[in-house]
Amino acid sequence: MSTATQALPFWRKYLFATDHKVIGIQFLFTSLVMLLVGGLLAMLIRWQLGWPGQPLGFMEKIAPAGMPGGVMVPEFYNMLFTMHGSIMIFFAIIPLLVGVFGNYLIPLKIGAGDMAFPRLNMISFWLVPPAIAIVCTGFFLEGGAAASGWTAYAPLSTILGPGQVCWIVGVIVLGTSSIMGGLNYITTVINLRAPGLSFFRLPLSIWALFITAIITVMATPVLASALILLLCDSTLGTSFFLPAGLIIDGVAQAHSGGQVLLWQHLFWFYSHPAVYIMILPAMGIASEILPVFARKPLFGYHSMVYAIMGIAVLGFLVWAHHMFASGMNPTLGTSFMLSTMVIAVPSAIKTFNWLGTLWRGAIRLTTPMLHALAFVSMFVIGGLTGIFIAATPVDLYLHDTYFIVGHLHYVLFGGSLFGIFAGITFWFPKMFGRMLNETLGKLHFTLTFLGFNAVMFPMFILGIAGMPRRIYDYRQYTHLAHVGEMNQFMSVAAFLLGLAQLLFIANFFWSLFRGRKAGDNPWQATTLEWATSSPPPHGNFTTPPTVYRGPYEYSVPGRAQDWWPQNVPS
Amino acid sequence: MRVWLPERISTYAPAIDRLFYIVLAITGTAFVLVQGTLLYFLVRYRGGAGRRATYTHGNTLVEIIWTAVPAAILIVLAFYSQRVWSYVRGTPPATDLQVQILAEQFAWNIRYAGPDGRFDTSDDITTINQLHLPVDEPVLLHLKSKDVIHSFFVPQFRVKQDAVPGITTRLWVQVTKAGTYDIACAELCGLGHYRMRGFLTAEPRDTFAQWLQAAELEQHPPPAPEPTAGEPGAESAPTSASAPSAPAPESQPASPTPQELLHP
Ligand SMILES: [Cu+2]
Ligand SMILES: [Cu+2]
Repeated sequence: MSTATQALPFWRKYLFATDHKVIGIQFLFTSLVMLLVGGLLAMLIRWQLGWPGQPLGFMEKIAPAGMPGGVMVPEFYNMLFTMHGSIMIFFAIIPLLVGVFGNYLIPLKIGAGDMAFPRLNMISFWLVPPAIAIVCTGFFLEGGAAASGWTAYAPLSTILGPGQVCWIVGVIVLGTSSIMGGLNYITTVINLRAPGLSFFRLPLSIWALFITAIITVMATPVLASALILLLCDSTLGTSFFLPAGLIIDGVAQAHSGGQVLLWQHLFWFYSHPAVYIMILPAMGIASEILPVFARKPLFGYHSMVYAIMGIAVLGFLVWAHHMFASGMNPTLGTSFMLSTMVIAVPSAIKTFNWLGTLWRGAIRLTTPMLHALAFVSMFVIGGLTGIFIAATPVDLYLHDTYFIVGHLHYVLFGGSLFGIFAGITFWFPKMFGRMLNETLGKLHFTLTFLGFNAVMFPMFILGIAGMPRRIYDYRQYTHLAHVGEMNQFMSVAAFLLGLAQLLFIANFFWSLFRGRKAGDNPWQATTLEWATSSPPPHGNFTTPPTVYRGPYEYSVPGRAQDWWPQNVPS
Repeated sequence: MRVWLPERISTYAPAIDRLFYIVLAITGTAFVLVQGTLLYFLVRYRGGAGRRATYTHGNTLVEIIWTAVPAAILIVLAFYSQRVWSYVRGTPPATDLQVQILAEQFAWNIRYAGPDGRFDTSDDITTINQLHLPVDEPVLLHLKSKDVIHSFFVPQFRVKQDAVPGITTRLWVQVTKAGTYDIACAELCGLGHYRMRGFLTAEPRDTFAQWLQAAELEQHPPPAPEPTAGEPGAESAPTSASAPSAPAPESQPASPTPQELLHP
């Protein structure tokens, strides 16, 4: 089988590949590049917030319209945070978690040779580069890129010109890719599990990716249809989200009958579940890594699975907590506050189970373990700060301030991104057959952890002080006259955080070619991907594995080895 | 000056701040307990030569406890929040003073009803970006928008309310302290979003009444004492209602649109 693949020409093997591992790695490189792009946009945002209106000479050549003379104009600032958010969410975090780990891990961890629909899988990857190209084309068009925030609230998003239209089209294309991927994952997990691998013997990462795929398939079509309606409103003169009587730039508009808040309901009906699309796989990765390096079974396996299911169901019932100040009926506010408070419970259960996994373990502080622990620790902050804004009266104050920006970064950077780093450093040996350098890895971890907290924690304080988000220049407001120094501190920390990522890039490429050979099972782990070679051959397993036990049998009394692989007969 | 909550100047701000501090206490405790436990475990259970982990898959009783306790705390918190929520967002207190705020890119058009007590009539008193309110008296604000979504935010009130095109949203407030404060737009509304700043002047009841009267006199001067012979129409023409809607919106009070003419 593998000789047959090696005979394939390069473009069939690496470009239009149907092998889930190659597709996973294609997703990895694409989305890491986008992570870098999104991060660079954040650096520009931090420049403006730290030193509003100060010129940044070299930017004049790169963005002559956005930063004439190196000084940022407000329109460009709006494009920067819109594209930063959109790129990070749609082209970095979701593809990293779902595209990379979903593709790479699902067949390997369930003992399958490939996905159920390999060609659909290939298409789902090949829709991503066009989606990226379409969204980013906006930067080169008259009027620039999308500038209505990643939430694209109507009516603003319907009047911003071609860059915004590109954004809508690109996100529709990406949504199509997500739906294809989701269908594939669901079918694969249901049908292609190895003999003996019952649902309650699945590793938590597979449970998380499976439920995430269900959420994706249920929520993404709603976003896609909402985007199509928005596209009609902005290009064909329809009025789905546009009411009568709009006067824009002094010109009366001919729309009538649309509802502005309808967009927000449809958008958040997708986008709150999307928050869980961006966190459940990271939770799965942490649940996978903590037992390996605590040398202990996962604490409360069943309650971990039920917590994921609970989050998935409740995740569809909380969307309007983004709209407490929107003018929707206050009674709705009450019910969405209740559901939002309740959804914190499964997250609390998961946190306690992670702590329970560490309890009386024999902990090995490797790089992936450090990232997984940071995930737990930072996700706790993200979750706890969510309670402030779940309490509706407090949200009336904190909504649309930097408190929200801090909260979402603790969830999506502190949570998702540390989960991603944990996953990449953990499975790198399996993907490429070589170990990452531990010293560089730990240095990168330490600087990222410190830098991240130095940038993001002050955001809570700024929000409490009443600093609105998406503000190009905050200095005119009297209640914000004294927050300049704090913003400068955050910006310096952000630049260091950005520089620290060079260590990751260096480690990644150095180890890719020079790293120590990994062997099949460098971490002494139990799940099926470690039962085959690194990297696994085409078709994954030379003999299809049979599963005899759960995924986390570590330190079983009476056994010499402290790990007991799933595929080893008793 | 400390970077923290700004001063509070509305009757409900203390209730919102109290809730904020309650949540801060609860989450602060949880934060210290969880991070402390995590650090302790990392030090205490650090693997070494010959140490073997304890083999356990969980403990049902412990799991029930740590499910029930956060659930109970959160439900209680939800009910407490609900009390504050219905105070702030429930039926507004009875009041004679209503103000209409029409947001547009990038200004706040303020409108007082004038002697007839009705909006969008010829005796309305209008200002741009200057909101005057009396202290110690409930006021009902009617928020509208001409173009895109804006959000009326006075940090010292501790609330914000979106102004949504096509609907009128309402916000009541009773100011407790005289002074001048900023109104910020809290919802991204375009390139001038950051400078969509308004000014709130909170003043004692009679100062406010004087200001309103002066504004009324200025905008609707009484008919000249000696009407010149042959001049038609002694009644002063409604200035704002007859103006076309096209000219520079920032230099002139907003003209009513068909949708605005629907009374709140
Ligand atoms: Cu949400
Ligand atoms: Cu505005």
